[in-house]
Amino acid sequence: MSRAALLVLADGRLPAGGHAHSGGAEAAVKAGRITGARSLEDFCRGRLHTTGAVSAALAGAAALGVDPVALDEAADARTPSAALRTAARKLGRQLLRAARVAWPSPELDALAARFPKGAHQPVVLGTAARAAGLDAEDAAHCTAYENVSGPATAVVRLLSLDPFEATAVLARLAPDMDTVARQAAEAARRAWDEGTDTLPAASAPLLEVGAEGHAGWDVRLFAS
Amino acid sequence: MHLDHTHDEAAAVSADAHRPDGTRRALRIGLGGPVGSGKTATVAALCRLLRDEMSLAVVTNDIYTREDAEFLLREAVLPPERITAVETGACPHTAIRDDISANLEAVEDLEDEVGPLDLVLVESGGDNLTATFSRGLVDAQIFVIDVAGGDDIPRKGGPGVTTADLLVVNKTDLAPYVGSDLARMAADAKAQRAELPVVFQSLRSEEHVSAVARWVREQHAAWAGAAAK
Repeated sequence: MSRAALLVLADGRLPAGGHAHSGGAEAAVKAGRITGARSLEDFCRGRLHTTGAVSAALAGAAALGVDPVALDEAADARTPSAALRTAARKLGRQLLRAARVAWPSPELDALAARFPKGAHQPVVLGTAARAAGLDAEDAAHCTAYENVSGPATAVVRLLSLDPFEATAVLARLAPDMDTVARQAAEAARRAWDEGTDTLPAASAPLLEVGAEGHAGWDVRLFAS
Repeated sequence: MHLDHTHDEAAAVSADAHRPDGTRRALRIGLGGPVGSGKTATVAALCRLLRDEMSLAVVTNDIYTREDAEFLLREAVLPPERITAVETGACPHTAIRDDISANLEAVEDLEDEVGPLDLVLVESGGDNLTATFSRGLVDAQIFVIDVAGGDDIPRKGGPGVTTADLLVVNKTDLAPYVGSDLARMAADAKAQRAELPVVFQSLRSEEHVSAVARWVREQHAAWAGAAAK
């Protein structure tokens, strides 16, 4: 593996659309569930161990070379909210554009041809990791990290939260991210051996409900 | 820049002048500038003037609402399917410069759905004087400021004022009321921009948007001419 390639893929400045999404944080702020650093940490921990674990396993499986079409179906089945499925495909399409320029590969081209309007973002991320010479655990780490760094950055803008506090939240979550990534890599290997039905299916109903409401707001800072 | 270079693989490079099917894509012109300087009004006026002579579409980048897209829809300057709003997550300059992926997708979807198009206008959300468009997103850019924002803006410069392909100084009709010195603005702009063009415009005058429209037509003629070669 190339440790530096992992840094490039995980960089928040990767031009792949993430800056316009809050990962459910905008809805949670409006509902009064995130009011500062402590509640942001609770929110991120919950997100990491539910949708984060699922996304990391999907990305890990894609990095191993599990059929992306089957993984995309598995992602659909694990995302009840139509608004979140739309956001995931939008972000997948944007990431694919960046990845095809950064790490040109026939597999990324095939994914773009099969999903012209976008595959689920973790599936694209895993395929991009594969093209960059990274392994399943790298892809899972990257997904786990962006699963919580997205909301943390968004809350800095939404609540004018002290950015040092937000970074400290991410630092405190690092051991959890390592655990989620390790388990996701194991789940990915199992999906390779036994099929995608074995992938985790943890869910966070409040994120799903919040996303549906958020999609109907007239005034919002973030797309999701 | 690979403006006239075709890639073997399906086009993933944004500045490529061709669509994945090999046809030449539409000319893309960006409009940026501070909040309230008249970007949306200029886009609306351009659409009204040019829509009968070329196939047009507009992408707006609103900061936290769909106001700009809705204004264009309400004014019925184009059919609704030719106007798309991109959401920018509180960072309008990011969406036109550092991470252009959402805007590129909006442009490409418009070409797929209502094309073939001659021209796509990409309007930035109102931002600061350093906000410029990536060359991966647009072929040329217009920076719109207004006389009421202070007649020292051309002197202050910044990437928008100094490097935009066209600088528009809008709302000249307000100059006497806000104490702005148009001659000084013109001299400062000339000093900052050398040979790059500047248009002074009032959408309330007889001249209206015609000077900007003329510049847009020239850009399009050059774009179409490059295709014919």
